[in-house]
Amino acid sequence: MRSSDSSPLISARRLGKRFGELIAVDGIDFDVARGEAFGFLGPNGAGKTSTMRMIACVSPVTSGTLTIFGEDPARRGPEIRARLGVVPQADTLDLELTVRENLIIFARYFDIPWAEGRRRADELLEFVQLQERAKDKVDDLSGGMKRRLTVARALINEPDLLLLDEPTTGLDPQARHLVWDRLYRLKQRGVTLVLTTHYMDEAEQLCDRLVVMDKAKIVAEGTPRELIAKYSTKEVLELRFPVDAQPALDHKLDGIADRVEVLADRVLLYTQDGDAAVAAVHSRGLRPETALIRRGTLEDVFLRLTGRSLID
Amino acid sequence: MIAPGSVGGAVRVFEHNALIFKRLWRGSMTVSFFTPLFFIASMGLGLGSLVNKSSGGVGGVPYIDFLAPGLLAATTMQTAAFECTYPILGKILWDHIYDAMLATPLVVRDLVIGEVAWVTVRMLMVATIFWIVMAVFGVAHTAESLLAIPAATLCGLAFATPLIAFTATQKNDSVMGSVFRLVITPLFIFGGTFFPISSLPLFLQWVAWATPLSHGVELSRGLVLGTLAFPQAAAHIAVLLVYVVVGAVIALPLIRRRLVK
Repeated sequence: MRSSDSSPLISARRLGKRFGELIAVDGIDFDVARGEAFGFLGPNGAGKTSTMRMIACVSPVTSGTLTIFGEDPARRGPEIRARLGVVPQADTLDLELTVRENLIIFARYFDIPWAEGRRRADELLEFVQLQERAKDKVDDLSGGMKRRLTVARALINEPDLLLLDEPTTGLDPQARHLVWDRLYRLKQRGVTLVLTTHYMDEAEQLCDRLVVMDKAKIVAEGTPRELIAKYSTKEVLELRFPVDAQPALDHKLDGIADRVEVLADRVLLYTQDGDAAVAAVHSRGLRPETALIRRGTLEDVFLRLTGRSLID
Repeated sequence: MIAPGSVGGAVRVFEHNALIFKRLWRGSMTVSFFTPLFFIASMGLGLGSLVNKSSGGVGGVPYIDFLAPGLLAATTMQTAAFECTYPILGKILWDHIYDAMLATPLVVRDLVIGEVAWVTVRMLMVATIFWIVMAVFGVAHTAESLLAIPAATLCGLAFATPLIAFTATQKNDSVMGSVFRLVITPLFIFGGTFFPISSLPLFLQWVAWATPLSHGVELSRGLVLGTLAFPQAAAHIAVLLVYVVVGAVIALPLIRRRLVK
């Protein structure tokens, strides 16, 4: 029953999810290819988690079609889930068991024999660098360690497809980088990754291709580089003015950049040449408190597409 | 892999419970031994000596022989009540254990069957230890009395499946305490364990007979004392089975509605 290598691993057409009156996912289309790292980028409430839960075959599809490994989740849920690894948004680890026992019992749910489960548990604990905490209760682990354990648990059945719902939300920078590093290694081994995030840097680091979601719909699709080229500019000049001076700017910045975005706390000038834009700002007698030139990011893409920031 | 919804999936859920129990079994067994020991010693022997002196026992047997087998059924009821309320709600609400399980090949039916199988084994453990205590006191001395172990377990199951259904509908644990205050404790006291139901006002006798405990108590008592007649036994078993089956039939869709969104 394995789908051939060229056909998409996941295929969604007019895929929708309703909860009563609420439309969580509104007829989206996407395909994920084997070996790809695919991302859903969007703010909270955009429909990312609802989409992920449908792909994970734990939430029934309301409308449209969805196939995973060429199979229908409504008919073949258990068979599909046998080949998935899932890192849910909130950890669902068993606090009454040890770190190692969490992995071993999870192996049993996939019908993996005890001895093989123990072998895989030890191997995975090493992979996520938790081998020294094997006998500890899960409750004693830090947030980052719990997340790594959840990643290890998702790998216990050697999945063909790994689903990660906001894998690093709530982690400190060091813990995030460790998770990213492990995910990057998996990607290099050819594991297909599908992840949701509202961190643009996470999407840029990990995703080969992504869709931007907003208000239950997909508003753009492409590689991070394509999206930035299409919806942002090469460089972005960020200006900060004293709090009361910003509303008085009016049209004083007109013509300096391709596009100007005035946010609550700063002004963004989209331009091909940041240095020239700074010079132009100064030549008009404007005195910003700080002026920072950076490259365009997915944050800018999102701002352009929706008029809002990713993280409020 | 396991065929979906086959026995294998329920066995995995059972194994999860067993793995957690592995850490707790010594304490749990100790409690299961000493609680009936103290109850039978204080009420059966202590209170019983007064009862025997004033009225020559109950229904022609010493009070301890009347009390202990009834207490066996009441004890499995309490085990069921404990296992099917807070731990199940915790797995739904607090630790999301079921969410984790349902992300694997397991299905909702595996969860329900696995939990019922686990509580059955827990009650068999508790009832077996209880029987040993009864044997120590000389109450249980026939091979037939061993049948009180499965009888009491069936009585507990008649509470287990309806309670799982009830737990599946709870948004938090605020009403859980009421289950014990308004159902389990009154039944424990008035359900025929400590005195015959016939001593109750007629209206309460009907209430008592509508609940599973009185049937479990009669069944257990009859098997230990060797006084059980076939038609009554069949009636008691039938009532208990109705509770088990109806509870299970209601619990499955309620758990599914709770977990699959």
